[in-house]
Amino acid sequence: MSEALADSGSVDSSKRTWLIASGCAGAVGGVAAVVPFVSSFQPSEKAKAAGAAVEADISALKPGEKMTVEWRGKPVWIVRRTPEQLAALPKLDPQLADPNSTRKPEEQAPVYARNATRSIKLEYLVTVGICTHLGCSPSDKFQKGAQPSLPDDWEGGFLCPCHGSTFDLAGRVFKNKPAPDNLEVPPHMYLSDTKLLIGEDKQA
Amino acid sequence: MAEFHEISPNASAGAKTLNWIDNRFPLSVLFKAHMSEYYAPKNFNIWYVFGVLSLLVLVIQIVTGIFLVMHYKPDAALAFGSVEYIMRDVPWGWMIRYMHSTGASAFFVVVYLHMFRGLMYGSYRKPRELVWLFGCGIFLALMAEAFMGYLLPWGQMSYWGAQVIVNLFSAIPFVGPDLALLIRGDFVVGDATLNRFFSFHVIAVPLVLLGLVVAHIIALHEVGSNNPDGVEIKATKDANGIPLDGIAFHPYYSVHDIFAVSVFLIVFTAIVFFAPEMGGYFLEYNNFIPANPFQTPLHIAPVWYFTPFYSLLRAVTTELMYVLMACVVLGAGLAVLKGKMPAMFKAIIAGGAVVVLAMMLSIDAKFWGVVAMGGGVVILFFLPWLDNSAVKSIRYRPSWHKYLYAVFVIDFVILGYLGTLPPSPLFSRVAQIGTLFYFAFFLLMPWWSRVGPFKSVPDRVNFTAH
Repeated sequence: MSEALADSGSVDSSKRTWLIASGCAGAVGGVAAVVPFVSSFQPSEKAKAAGAAVEADISALKPGEKMTVEWRGKPVWIVRRTPEQLAALPKLDPQLADPNSTRKPEEQAPVYARNATRSIKLEYLVTVGICTHLGCSPSDKFQKGAQPSLPDDWEGGFLCPCHGSTFDLAGRVFKNKPAPDNLEVPPHMYLSDTKLLIGEDKQA
Repeated sequence: MAEFHEISPNASAGAKTLNWIDNRFPLSVLFKAHMSEYYAPKNFNIWYVFGVLSLLVLVIQIVTGIFLVMHYKPDAALAFGSVEYIMRDVPWGWMIRYMHSTGASAFFVVVYLHMFRGLMYGSYRKPRELVWLFGCGIFLALMAEAFMGYLLPWGQMSYWGAQVIVNLFSAIPFVGPDLALLIRGDFVVGDATLNRFFSFHVIAVPLVLLGLVVAHIIALHEVGSNNPDGVEIKATKDANGIPLDGIAFHPYYSVHDIFAVSVFLIVFTAIVFFAPEMGGYFLEYNNFIPANPFQTPLHIAPVWYFTPFYSLLRAVTTELMYVLMACVVLGAGLAVLKGKMPAMFKAIIAGGAVVVLAMMLSIDAKFWGVVAMGGGVVILFFLPWLDNSAVKSIRYRPSWHKYLYAVFVIDFVILGYLGTLPPSPLFSRVAQIGTLFYFAFFLLMPWWSRVGPFKSVPDRVNFTAH
């Protein structure tokens, strides 16, 4: 029959309509079948559940020191700043990309940390130790003065080893560096003077 | 469909067997089409061995990979230990592993040389555009394969390299963060990431790679090989329809390539036995430390074959964005003022430039760095349409084209070297100039490649018997 059709050159249009319709239905089914496979790329329920808050004991932290705790698989830094380091912060404003954290404020820090020192208590900086550029963990450069990869008037802060972004001791990024934003301050609260809870705050 | 062919009952057992197969599968036909009656130009030079060598390295990688998978454990808690187990406890495991790690670098060495050969002799020009496109696809798949394979040893460089590259995707506006999450399968690079990269590295990408290699060779054998003179040998045929300047691939080039393979294997085994780490370039020292999500190594850099493109990424800072915006304004201005095209197109170009400028101002330099890195690879796909020179081969192009190519090679090497170094103000500036040159070389090619004076191309290839 098909040969006869091909010879006559005529097309059975109702048959063609049904071929197109069933082809489309098949395509829809094919696309739908992709959904479960792509969805399987998402974080598993187990991975989502691992985001619980963590407690940190800061009683042993001396001025000028840093400790790191793990929260959601990321390093969270707790830095106890010296009065001298705190005094240097406002002087840096002109050299910073976003000194007052006005760019995407809701992503950079919770409301209670949107201040000059980006912290609840003046002394303690709590920040996620992940560079906002491409996710490396910056290294401590607390020592003042000239050193490799840093300006001569360095006041202490962090240097990202990957692409050279620099941050001050409030986690604020310097101008003309690859990182676009200041380091993220996670939600946190003080359970007591020496106990810090990271990942939860009073609003939650 | 061939007719069923009966063979004389007195034929030898071998001939009978071959006839039996040929009646059921086109064995002889395929062998003739791709080996004994595939006519390649007789004037091939040393640059023409790298295609065969990349096929050899592909085989080495697949074979060694199969054996490594027998001992490796794709689990964040066990991966690093299982690689050390292969290195210390599995009999000859160290050699199989070093062959695989050296093979990765060797792959890029031969592929970069193979691509440069194409650039020199215009091997991507009509009618070989698809050969080139399949080849670029192979290069892209190879980069994905190398990147995902590098996570598997679960060392510090594995971990932080993956962290940086996956985070590149999060720079894409709107969909970026979700896309990065989808790639990682977790909020940070972790066990889920390692498992899926393992799956991609051993199954998905190799399948794509093999398919592309087959397509690359079929397309090549359809159009025939180019040669150092850029002369079409099919234009001059003898009475039997065989190109006068062609010789059968087998036995002439198959034997010739065995020599190249031998020389290559001498170098390859020397590296495997005496310098498998290659001073930290093939296997980075930091990768002998287990992955630690809380401490980035003091200096992280990708393996050498990614560093030119990594330099492009790092070069794009807020400052360079102003230079790039000036380039967009200049380009659009020239097109509108000097271009010979309908007013409609000029309006589209001007409008497009305004949109691009607005995007450049509103989106972070970080995103444009990613665009530069991706663009640095993707631009290669367009080479067949960017090159407008009157002749294919560099041999008949003006001398200043040769110097320009030399500067391009030097630029690529400098970008590659800078990509291995920690960032510093001076080197960043050099990398920015190198980046501008890299893109100018390709984007301005439609104009500079036209400019002569060109030398006259002979009708037949240059060849002296030896």
